[in-house]
Amino acid sequence: MKKILMMGAAICLALGLSLPALAAVQVEDEAYYTRFKGQGKSINVHNWGEYIADGSDGYLDVVKEFEELTGIKVNYTTFSTNEEVYARLRNGGANYDILVPSDYMVARMIREGMLEKLDFDNLPNFKYIDESFHNPNFDPTNEYSVPYTWGTVGIIYNTMMVDEQDLGSWDLLWNAKYMKNILMFANPRDDFGIALKRLGYPMNPENPQQLQEALELLKEQKPLVQAYVMDEIFDKMIGGEAAIAPYYAGDAITMMQDNPDLGYFVPEEGTNRFVDAVVIPTCAQEKECAEMFINFLMEPEVAASNISYIGYSSPNNGALAIMPKEITGNKIAYPDDEVIAKTEGWIDLSPEMNLAVDAAWTELLSTDEQYSRWLIPIMMLVCIIMSITINVSRAYRKRRDRKYADQLPPRTR
Amino acid sequence: MKWLSKTYVGLVLAFLYAPILVLIVFSFNQSKSRGAWTGFTLGWYQKLFTNDTIIQALINTMFVAVVSSVVATALGTLAAIGIANMKKWQRGLVMNVTYMPVINPEIVTGVSLMLLFVFLRSVLSYLNAKFGWNLQLEFGFVTLILAHITFNVPYVILNVLPKLRQMDTFVYEAALDLGCSPSQAFFKVVIPEIMPGILSGFLMSFTYSLDDFIISYFVAGATSQTLPIVIFSMTRRKVSPEINALSAIIFVVVLAVLLAVNLYDSRREKENRMKARARA
Amino acid sequence: MKTKTPALPYVLWMIIFTVIPLALVAFYAITDPQGHFTIDYISQVGEYTPVLVRSIWLAAVSSVISLLIAYPLAFWISRRAWNHQRTMVMLVMLPMWMNFLLRTYAWMTILEKNGLINRFLGLFGIGPLELIYTPGAVVLGMIYNYLPAMILPLYSIMTKIPNSIIEAAQDLGCNTWDVLWKVLVPLTVPGISTGVIMVFVPSVSTFIISRMLGGGGNLLIGDLIELQFLGNAYNPNLGAAISLVLMVLILLCMSVTNQFGDEEKGEMLK
Repeated sequence: MKKILMMGAAICLALGLSLPALAAVQVEDEAYYTRFKGQGKSINVHNWGEYIADGSDGYLDVVKEFEELTGIKVNYTTFSTNEEVYARLRNGGANYDILVPSDYMVARMIREGMLEKLDFDNLPNFKYIDESFHNPNFDPTNEYSVPYTWGTVGIIYNTMMVDEQDLGSWDLLWNAKYMKNILMFANPRDDFGIALKRLGYPMNPENPQQLQEALELLKEQKPLVQAYVMDEIFDKMIGGEAAIAPYYAGDAITMMQDNPDLGYFVPEEGTNRFVDAVVIPTCAQEKECAEMFINFLMEPEVAASNISYIGYSSPNNGALAIMPKEITGNKIAYPDDEVIAKTEGWIDLSPEMNLAVDAAWTELLSTDEQYSRWLIPIMMLVCIIMSITINVSRAYRKRRDRKYADQLPPRTR
Repeated sequence: MKWLSKTYVGLVLAFLYAPILVLIVFSFNQSKSRGAWTGFTLGWYQKLFTNDTIIQALINTMFVAVVSSVVATALGTLAAIGIANMKKWQRGLVMNVTYMPVINPEIVTGVSLMLLFVFLRSVLSYLNAKFGWNLQLEFGFVTLILAHITFNVPYVILNVLPKLRQMDTFVYEAALDLGCSPSQAFFKVVIPEIMPGILSGFLMSFTYSLDDFIISYFVAGATSQTLPIVIFSMTRRKVSPEINALSAIIFVVVLAVLLAVNLYDSRREKENRMKARARA
Repeated sequence: MKTKTPALPYVLWMIIFTVIPLALVAFYAITDPQGHFTIDYISQVGEYTPVLVRSIWLAAVSSVISLLIAYPLAFWISRRAWNHQRTMVMLVMLPMWMNFLLRTYAWMTILEKNGLINRFLGLFGIGPLELIYTPGAVVLGMIYNYLPAMILPLYSIMTKIPNSIIEAAQDLGCNTWDVLWKVLVPLTVPGISTGVIMVFVPSVSTFIISRMLGGGGNLLIGDLIELQFLGNAYNPNLGAAISLVLMVLILLCMSVTNQFGDEEKGEMLK
């Protein structure tokens, strides 16, 4: 415990920060942040699991700092896939003020009118965002989103369990040597993207034919896969439960800190480069407070501590400037240009392709055994027939018994 | 033969308790990973008590459980009294529908309620547009409590109905003859008579409400995370041993409550038996 | 007292929160997102027959094993002294009061590759065995979670069987086997059918146990439904269709089981 605290203190000093317990975050424009104080406002933030510094290991507790600074209460909840957020939102059930979906989901939500336009006058800190992230292809006019993090997908492996000569390519995930030691994503886009890449297609399927081939490839891989998981990967890889897992670069860094036996590489075929962006859905009730939270996330000091904790890569120049070289110089989070050159971003698929991907995903996870589709109706029919037979035979027997009883002398009845 | 059966019972109990024991033991483990035992610590408990999310979830859970079980008990008791007076076909119809949330898979109940709330939302927005109202139905405490009442009421009815059937109807009539007003007779005669049923119905719905995950998962909103929902999202992340500490605490609380109830029951039973003997 | 008006609020409640929601499930199942009538979704359910069969199979196996484990235990408890019985019932029920997510999570710790069982076997140079993320692990999770729900109804019917009946059967020349098959089982059929339903229904519709102990690679019906509503494949109409099929299937199975329960002379003990 003490050791962790010391380590945290050291990191904070290295960051040029004061210990969070001693002093609050320094912000440029305090009046901006305190204008809603005492009005009992609250916002609902829905973010990925393990995706914000929570005060552990000596980093800032971002949510708590924000609450103390602004007096706005934050209800913080987590999700584990983009599709889950989409489903919750589409059901109309959720009253979130802030979401952090990935690029392609942002595009889909914009297309379906699920997002609110941001007021960039309320987001002065947007000036820190690197220009290469302005007007991204998922939000071409840059009206709806602010980038939170970016990163690439690579393969994490356990050096004690995997031979060095097997590394280098996506083929590793199809290597029968590691049967039942491979973990895969529990979301359709990442898995299909990998399969498509291995087939030499673009990671965003262009037609149903490509998707079908990718599905066949993933089905072929299925016997080798131990489980389809998301953030459970942390425990599995750190604990040595599995040997190989494709996952996000930032999380790979976190895992490698906890288990020095882990290694990471970006497959030579190229990979996906994603951007996770902060957006405000149309169901938001406290838009200005939400914008304030987004602005707070872009404060260099906050972003620096936040990014250092979650390990992903930052689009925030202000943060990058004050982060220690060990982090910004990490080739996993900030890969060389040659690696970046071979990456592809997600794009929003057409509604038909989205449906096809969903169906293919469900098919992948259904069992391999084949049964006639009439089996269930037949079972129902059998149940009905049995139920009727039992009823009829009972009624018949009852009548017979009664008849028999009628013939008996009254006393024995 | 005797030792064989004893071993068997021992084995089943071991099967039932081993996992809980494991959770409790690992809640004192210093290491974050489940793999190894590195030393004793109370740190996870300390962390748990300062975890705002869990504390808030606990408060939410209690709130939802109390409100929903109280409403369900009132609604269910009245319903049972009315059902007892129904004609046979009416009773059969109502009871069949009452059984639905009990026998239906929870996931179907959850999904159906979610669809209902989505539907109600669109009805409300239509009405708002038409009459200029401003009615809102957010997924949150309201939906959660409505859903919990819905799956709790049947348990109250199923507990109260048998007591009503056992009750001597002449007692109520006698009370009326002796000058009670109907409401006096109801509160002074009928209610005490069926009280055990009401109580056990209340307790049952309270515990179901505390423990429910599946239905809550479908109808909860952003601000109304109950403990089971938070536990679910905890198991899906990098698992912190706080979850073990939480299990240990829940186990101890449950054990204490059950022991207390059991002791109280057995003492009352003993008293009753003594009284009966004295009367004899 | 002779009036049924007190039931009015409940009847209203029941219509709004039980009847209409189920009607909505049926409505979603037979319409497309635009609200036009279609049976596409119902017929699509046929494509998931393997998932349904697998769920039913695993749930059936769990129910049978639970019954085999619970039957002797319930009988043993029912033959104890009254005070002893209470304690035993409490001991059996206690784990059920823990949140089932926590109970299932505990099994993850035990079954993992580096989990307790494999560590223990490792001491003898065996393994590591593949325990977690297998159908066996899912069945284990179901049995563990719902075993008490099997024990309780069995116990409550067995405790009504007086010892004298068993002794009489023995006096009349029955051996242990005959006592079991000709006396005990027929008398406890209602308990068996209740217990089987109490294990089968939640098992067949679970989506947590299969995800936590099954690895998410082989879906059960519950997963499939969750996937359509809140998961990775948003399609509420298909989800509603699957829910509808599941519901009808379970109601049919139950009506058969109930017939069996009524058929045998459960009333003999009254």
